[in-house]
Amino acid sequence: MKNKFRLFVIIVFLSFCFSIFYKGLDNSNIYAPKIKDKKNIPIFEAKDFNSSAYLSSEKIFKEDIFYIVNIWASWCVPCRKEHHLLMELSKNQSIKLIGLNYKDNIKNAKKFINELGNPYSQILIDNDGTLGIEFGAYGVPETFLIDKNKKIINKFVGPINHDILKKIKLIIK
Amino acid sequence: MLANQIGYYSLILGLLLSVLLCGVSIKDLNSSSKQINQNVLFLSFLQLVLVIVSFLSLILSFINSDFSNETVFNNSHTTKPLFYKISGTWGNHEGSLLLWLLVLNLFIFLFLIKSREQPKKYRILTLLFQQIIIIGFFLFVLITSNPFNYLFPVPSEGLGLNPILQDPALAIHPPILYLGYVGTSIIFSASLAAVTQDYISKEWGKHIKKWVLVSWIFLSIGIMLGSIWAYYELGWGGFWFWDPVENVSLMPWLTLTALLHCITVLERRAVLTSWVVILSITTFTLSMCGTFLVRSGILNSVHTFANDPARGIFILIFLFVLIALSLGIFFLFHKENNKNLNNFFWLSRETSILINNWFMMYFLSVVLIGTVYPIFLDVISSEKISVGPPFYQKLIVPFLIPFLFFMSLGPRLKWIKSKIENKNSLIITFIISIMLTFFIIKNLTTDLLFYTVLVSAAFFLFFTTLKELLVGKFNNDSQAVAHFGFSLLVLSILFNSILSSEIITNIKVGEKYSYNKSEIFFKKIEEKKESNFNSIIAHFEIKNENGKIVELKPEIRVYNQPIIITSEADIKTTLLEDKFLVMNLVKGNEYFNIRYQVKPFMIWIWISVLLLSLGGLMSLFKKKI
Repeated sequence: MKNKFRLFVIIVFLSFCFSIFYKGLDNSNIYAPKIKDKKNIPIFEAKDFNSSAYLSSEKIFKEDIFYIVNIWASWCVPCRKEHHLLMELSKNQSIKLIGLNYKDNIKNAKKFINELGNPYSQILIDNDGTLGIEFGAYGVPETFLIDKNKKIINKFVGPINHDILKKIKLIIK
Repeated sequence: MLANQIGYYSLILGLLLSVLLCGVSIKDLNSSSKQINQNVLFLSFLQLVLVIVSFLSLILSFINSDFSNETVFNNSHTTKPLFYKISGTWGNHEGSLLLWLLVLNLFIFLFLIKSREQPKKYRILTLLFQQIIIIGFFLFVLITSNPFNYLFPVPSEGLGLNPILQDPALAIHPPILYLGYVGTSIIFSASLAAVTQDYISKEWGKHIKKWVLVSWIFLSIGIMLGSIWAYYELGWGGFWFWDPVENVSLMPWLTLTALLHCITVLERRAVLTSWVVILSITTFTLSMCGTFLVRSGILNSVHTFANDPARGIFILIFLFVLIALSLGIFFLFHKENNKNLNNFFWLSRETSILINNWFMMYFLSVVLIGTVYPIFLDVISSEKISVGPPFYQKLIVPFLIPFLFFMSLGPRLKWIKSKIENKNSLIITFIISIMLTFFIIKNLTTDLLFYTVLVSAAFFLFFTTLKELLVGKFNNDSQAVAHFGFSLLVLSILFNSILSSEIITNIKVGEKYSYNKSEIFFKKIEEKKESNFNSIIAHFEIKNENGKIVELKPEIRVYNQPIIITSEADIKTTLLEDKFLVMNLVKGNEYFNIRYQVKPFMIWIWISVLLLSLGGLMSLFKKKI
């Protein structure tokens, strides 16, 4: 009797652990930190990927639409996985994608874009990773959503997925 | 190309052999002969060979930089030195699982040849339980993490091995750790087999003790190597960070240590059988659980992204199947031997080992809760937290005091019934410890009372074990060496944390920085080119209060594939202290940010772990009385 009770308790406890772990797997590490105060985008100057000219942030975000800033690198494997979603998003007229090429080799980065397509209206070079820090990035890849008032309203750590894509499309509608 | 194919098909053949092996051994289980059928041994050997072939062909692909193999493409590069090409084999998910499989097979084969005096049914059942684990891992590797995935078109260059993994200590750390970690599988299988045969006895205790010792020794050294790597390579100036990945290797160590102590009781008195079985099951379960936590990407670590949820689900289900299987067998077959249970005298060696067990269980729960609590909280309330070192320190350090105290007294007690001998000499040792501690640390810390008691307890253990070692009266050298090593470990860690000092400042070439009569002088910088990185080497001269000059040369490395900047600390090690200097670039000017640390007794932390393992080794090779 006592043994049966023990067994029962253990089974209940283990099933609980199992379900938690199982759900935990779904949660994954892609998460969107809550942004309490909507931060203005940083003011900066950065080198353009194609022309090597320096551009100011005002010039880059001059239009009255939504922007996405996506931090990527050719050496980053998850970036490869999210790339087709960015391509899909770039077809949308009410948003422009700005790529931030993070600590990368220009040659490899160009190969990456030629191979997988270019979803970005503009690519900026962030050789030493300081631009990423200005935006408050955790790592690569990371995606920031910027509204018409030039405020960062959302950020997504890790590769974006279909759910995040839907969410972004809903916001920019 | 060819190696790829050979590796893949060896794995499939290996899996088929598993099924065949199960069939043959079940048939053999019912045959009347006294010895195991030779075919079983042969098949097990063949399976081991196949896995070795598969592993070697992966190594070969790495050596040849065969980028048609996806694993090689993701983790290697032509400019890597040969040594790191080879170590890259197990420095990634797929390769490390292949290593798991290799160790699983190696242990069961060794078990079969080393257990000839044991009952036949017990041996076959052990093989069967082990084969269940092996089949699970074969499927896991083949379905979700195939190391031989073919890439077409073949890329001309690989993505490179993460430079912080390019370190000698880390290159040998995984194989050693795995021998301990996966070695616990054989204890798991053997204890389940023994439970079904009602064979948990003194004889079984003597036989399984060797396997427990082997795993324990490798696990101890493996954890130490990981810690050495963190200290030298990560450049944070610490050796243990309570990182989830570190915790999952510590947890099986705690249960394995408890198990080792239980078995010394079992082999003499045939008691604590439930403890032995449960600890055997728990140890391996924790190893599997650790694999699950690390490999599934469930743990919140911002820079590692899980790329395949199928992997997590597979291990999770497999883990719970194993737990269910072992619990089922435990509740169905296990009968606690009540005959001896009642004569546990409160003052005896057995009781002190039981106390040790409860302490280990306490430490285990602290580490386990600290590691998985964030996951539970995240799922239940979507809140993200991370549990840091203060949590562990607050919950573990105070309990070290009674633990060390019991550890000093326990081994002096006799089996069954005892009284404390040489009370006077113990009391004198204790008083000496307190006084010594008081004089050493009275000027060093603010929390005098707490640290005096803590360090005294450590000194007490130190002196009692030292005396035992020198006198050799108890004739149990291995235990004395291991316990002495442990006391040394606790002492070095305590003094290391109390006496460490740190200077952080910005400095440029030619400048001097003075503090407390000491001086840091930044002499010059030079540049160097290697095949896989460029580096900037800085020369610093550090003058201490006695005017003695030490030169330190920290480095900043820019690795080329993938491009990552790392800081290499320069560390001057002496018996008394480590001088540790690391530098970083400061953006936009000629200043460098430096961190200079003096860390006393650092080397003794490694030496004491080696002593601890030596104790285990001595016990392993001890002649039977």
